[in-house]
Order: sequence, then C-alpha cells, then structure tokens
Amino acid sequence: MADILLEGRELKKYYPVNRGILQRTVGWVRAVDGISFTIERGKTMSLVGESGAGKTTTAKAILLLERLTSGTILFEGKELSHFSSSQLKTEYRPRLGSVQQNPWSSMNPRMKVRDIVAEPLVVNTKQKKAQIRSRVAELLEEVGLNPDQVENYPHEFSGGQRQRIAVARALALNPSLVVLDEPVSALDVSIRAQIMNLLKDLQQQHNLSYLVIAHNLATVRYMSHSVAIMYLGQIVEYGEAEALFKRPLHPYTKALISASVLTLPEDGDQETKQIILSGEMPSPMNPPPGCRFHTRCPEASAACSQEVPPLRKVGAGHYVACNRV
Amino acid sequence: MNKVLLQVEDLRTYFFTRKGVVKAVDGISFYVREGETFGIAGESGCGKTVTGLSILRLLPEPGGQIVGGNIILDGTNLMELDKKEMRKYRGRMISMILQDPMTSLNPVYTIGDQIAESVRLRHDLPDNMVEPEVISALRLLNIPSPETILQQYPFQLSGGMRQRVVGAIAMSCRPRLLIADEPTTALDATIQAQYLALFKDVQKKTNVAIIFITHDFGVIADMCHRVAVMYAGKIVETATTKAIFNEPKHPYTSALINSVPRLERKDTRLYSIKGQPPSLVNLPAGCRFAPRCPVAKTVCREQEPPEVDIGDGHSVSCWRVR
Repeated sequence: MADILLEGRELKKYYPVNRGILQRTVGWVRAVDGISFTIERGKTMSLVGESGAGKTTTAKAILLLERLTSGTILFEGKELSHFSSSQLKTEYRPRLGSVQQNPWSSMNPRMKVRDIVAEPLVVNTKQKKAQIRSRVAELLEEVGLNPDQVENYPHEFSGGQRQRIAVARALALNPSLVVLDEPVSALDVSIRAQIMNLLKDLQQQHNLSYLVIAHNLATVRYMSHSVAIMYLGQIVEYGEAEALFKRPLHPYTKALISASVLTLPEDGDQETKQIILSGEMPSPMNPPPGCRFHTRCPEASAACSQEVPPLRKVGAGHYVACNRV
Repeated sequence: MNKVLLQVEDLRTYFFTRKGVVKAVDGISFYVREGETFGIAGESGCGKTVTGLSILRLLPEPGGQIVGGNIILDGTNLMELDKKEMRKYRGRMISMILQDPMTSLNPVYTIGDQIAESVRLRHDLPDNMVEPEVISALRLLNIPSPETILQQYPFQLSGGMRQRVVGAIAMSCRPRLLIADEPTTALDATIQAQYLALFKDVQKKTNVAIIFITHDFGVIADMCHRVAVMYAGKIVETATTKAIFNEPKHPYTSALINSVPRLERKDTRLYSIKGQPPSLVNLPAGCRFAPRCPVAKTVCREQEPPEVDIGDGHSVSCWRVR
C-alpha cells in the first residue's frame, strides 16, 4: 500500500465577483472546482496546466494561504478541519516548505542571506542563536552554496544561486512536503538542470514529497512520479507519470504533449504533425456546459457539450475525464 | 536558394558604464536570406537582444553604442545612414516584436489606433485608406472579427490575442525583415503552438525574413531553418537547425542541448553545465566558455578560437574543431 502523505478530496475554491456600489456578488470564479489527488511520501506529484487552470490556487490552499470553499485535505490521514488553529501552526504548517517561481521577488532585498534562511527557525522554534547559525550554514552547504556568503544580500547572487537560497529556506524546518511553484521557469536553461538535479538529490536524501506546479511538460516528466493535468479548475487526466506520458488519453493532454515535444525539422520539410488547438481557455467565471474542454477539443462530439465526463479509471492508477475514452 | 537579405559583419556593440565597458556583442557575423527564419539562441545576457536592437539601431542612449562592423540590408549599409534615413527603414523594411505583449501595447489607445499609427507613419495614406490597411494587417495575423477588435483596448484581449496584435503592427507595413525577440515566452503552451503556426503562415504569405531570438530549443527546432548559438557576446556555432541538434560541434551547444529535459524520453539525470556565464565587463582570456568547458585545453584558456568553416554552412569557434 502506498504511503500517502497528503490527500485532497473534492477541493473547491470559488472567488466571488462583486459589482456595483453595493458590491453585490454577481457570479463566482471557479478557480478550483472539485479536484482530488494524493501525494505519496518521498514522491513528486505535479499539477500541470495553462495559466488560469487553478494550479497555484490549489497549492495555496494546501499551504493554508487560501481558505477552501469546500473539500477536505488529509495530512498523514488526519483531516485538517479537525486541527485547531494552534495545531495547524505547530503540527501542520512547519511540515510544509515552499519555493516560489521568481527568486527576484520571493526574498526581502534588505535581509541578509543568514536572516532569510533563518527566519522559519526563528519564527517556529526556540533554538538558540548559535544553533540557528550552524543550521543555516548546514542548509547552505546542502544546497551547494558557500556558507561564508551568509552576510551577503540577495542582489549579490545570480538567479540560480537565489533559487538555491529559496530551497535552503524551504528546508529549514525539515519539512515532509515542499510546494515548488514553477521552480525553474524563471531560470536560464543551463541553470535549470542544476536546480532540478539538486531538487532530486534532496528528495532522495530527506525522503521529501514534492508538489510541483509547472507548465513545461518536459520538466514535469523529469521531476514527477505522478501528474495531474488541469483545465479550467478541474483535473482532466491523472496518473502515474510514465503511463500518462507514454499513453496520453485526454485530447487536452495530447495537445499539450504535442506542443512540448521537440520535433526536429526533417529534410527539406518543416511541417510537423502537431496538434494545434483552436481558441483559448474560456473564462472560469462562466465555464462551458458539459465537458469544459469541448469548445477547443478536436475530437468533441455533440454529447460533449451536454454530459459532464466523470474522472474514470482506465488503467492502474490512470484516470481520465473524457466521454470519448 | 533565395538571395541574402541581411548581412551582419563583425558587429560590435558595447555599453559604456561606470563599472566599465560591457561588451554585449563582440564581433559577430551572420546572414539571413529572404523568406528564411534564422534563430539566435542563447541564455540571458549572451547578447541576443542587443543584436536585434543593433540591427534596428535602437540602442539605449547614452551608453549603448555600435563600435564596429557593418549591417547590410539589401545592399545598403545601415551603419552609414543618418538618423532621418534610418527612420525610413524601421517599420517599412525591418520591424520587431518584443517579448511581453502587456508592455508593448499602449493601454489607453484602441487596437485600431495603434495599428493605424504605424500604417500612417509609413505610408502617407489618405485617411479613408487607413482602415482597410489596418484590417488587412489584422487579417494577416488571423485575428477573428477584425472590425470589432479595432474598437477594443488591449486589456479586453487575452495574452495570445494581444501578441497577435503586436504581430499585426509589426507586419502592417509589410517589412522584409522581422526581428522576433522571444515572442512566445509569455504565452501558454497551446497558445504558443498557435502563434508559431501563425508565424509560418505569415512567412509563407509574405516571404518575410525572420530573425527569431529565443532561449527555447523547442521553438528553434520548430521554427528555424538555420541557427546561431551565442555565448557571452560571441557566436560560438552557426549551422542548419538539423545539424545543430544532430551533430553539434561546440561543447557549449551540445551541453545546452543535453541540459534540456526532453518529453520524448525519461531522463534519469540531466547533464548540467557547471558555473555561470562570465561577466561581460571582465571576460576571461581565450575562449569565453573555457572556464565552464568540460574538454578545455591549455590553448583554450590563452587564445580566442577562430571561426572555422567545416562545410555545409556549419561554422564553429572552438579549438577542438579544426
């Protein structure tokens, strides 16, 4: 049996849309609309999708930065709603770390690296200064930075080094789960590989679970054990990474993969058999009826605009929400 | 073979700053044929954007300066033109698309006004002729219901549609050379695929030559006929796209290609290039990639490698390639 660290059940997050002088609620943006997933201990799960798909909202809900409209999060089998607020602060939140996309905006430019990395320790523990100092040095070493640089400020580091600092900060409290929101997309190509390799090494050393949010499928395949493809607040395909990439079933997954596969120009012929979707993702305020993807789906039939496809099991740990599969 | 439209010879663009001279582009040469897409690939700070801006002679002043080289467009050396003559080339002959459509459109003017501005500036058309030109520019970029879009403001459009409008402005005067600087980086994957397909279509219809500046090798593979790989202000390798991927000769090119994860296969570990690109104020002696190069020899750290032509339009600047 898989060792499940965190489970989300039917998570929903709706944001009200207020208009007029009285700020009456005229509609809801369904950012996340009923998604379920599990994250195993020591494994990586990725949420993939285009902007507006609800990936970051899901991550924020897990980090308690957003209050869910409905749904349950279970951490090590215990429902978060049964935790008191002080328990959340002491028993749940310190077990989570997070790394943001942009290492230029995720750090206070006036704080020294020492203080940036030490902050979680100062806030959450009662460790002595000397203890904190040695822990910071240990963390920096672990992410491949020189501990002598603790007195420097973030602007003295390159993008890749800053992302290492962010990783060190996320690991400060020995978390079980680290939320990585587009961890490499702001970095240069040659630096991305360094950071991805570092994250993989750290995962093995500490048996960490990762929740990765990404739009680049190649990155996702390299990092993940399981993948959830999101479209307009819902999961359209979910499964073990290798199975999903080898045999994608949902037309949206197929299109995403087709857009990310590196196709070499063949002799004299640059035409490729790419799937190019028409149109754009509809507004999450007013999602289309039936399958939400039917407006852009190259395989859609008349039934797709009426029937909402449930997420069905199609293989070992492989789920798809499509009427045609 | 189409004829050569643009020939860049030994271009040097330096920025004179308080910290010293930043050699952003330091002696690069390449050519682009009519109807061809030429890629310039490299990491941030390698000089690819400055190359694009230098061709348009739109460097930030004071500070940025082309200190040497020739830019020959269809027989005219742009370096010999004065400011007034150069203005005639921008837009009419050469235009540019920037990375972020949010910042390259003016939020307080309608789409119609913004395209009309470039149409008017360049054609001296009577007023009643402007709108049809604007609409045909929107049509060229496959923008649905152009008559409605004309009246709209940038905030009413999605990112992908805005970037099409930017493309329509760039193409509105039917330039012969289009410089596209990371035009799809801000777009989502499926929208990027749409945009790239559109570009190919526009090129087929107009035979425009495109310089595609990007760090994304997926985009290069998809779009470009030939590619130049830049590192620290120099072109290290130029070849057809196929040759760059199948037989890269420069260690930087192959390292860069190997460090990108591929969707078609499961990598267990990515190849990573040690260290970071050098500071452009304080460049290493010899080959600029030598400090990070896994196969560097003594000569690499002492002398700059010359550019060697190994046939089939494939040229490499590396001491290991003779």
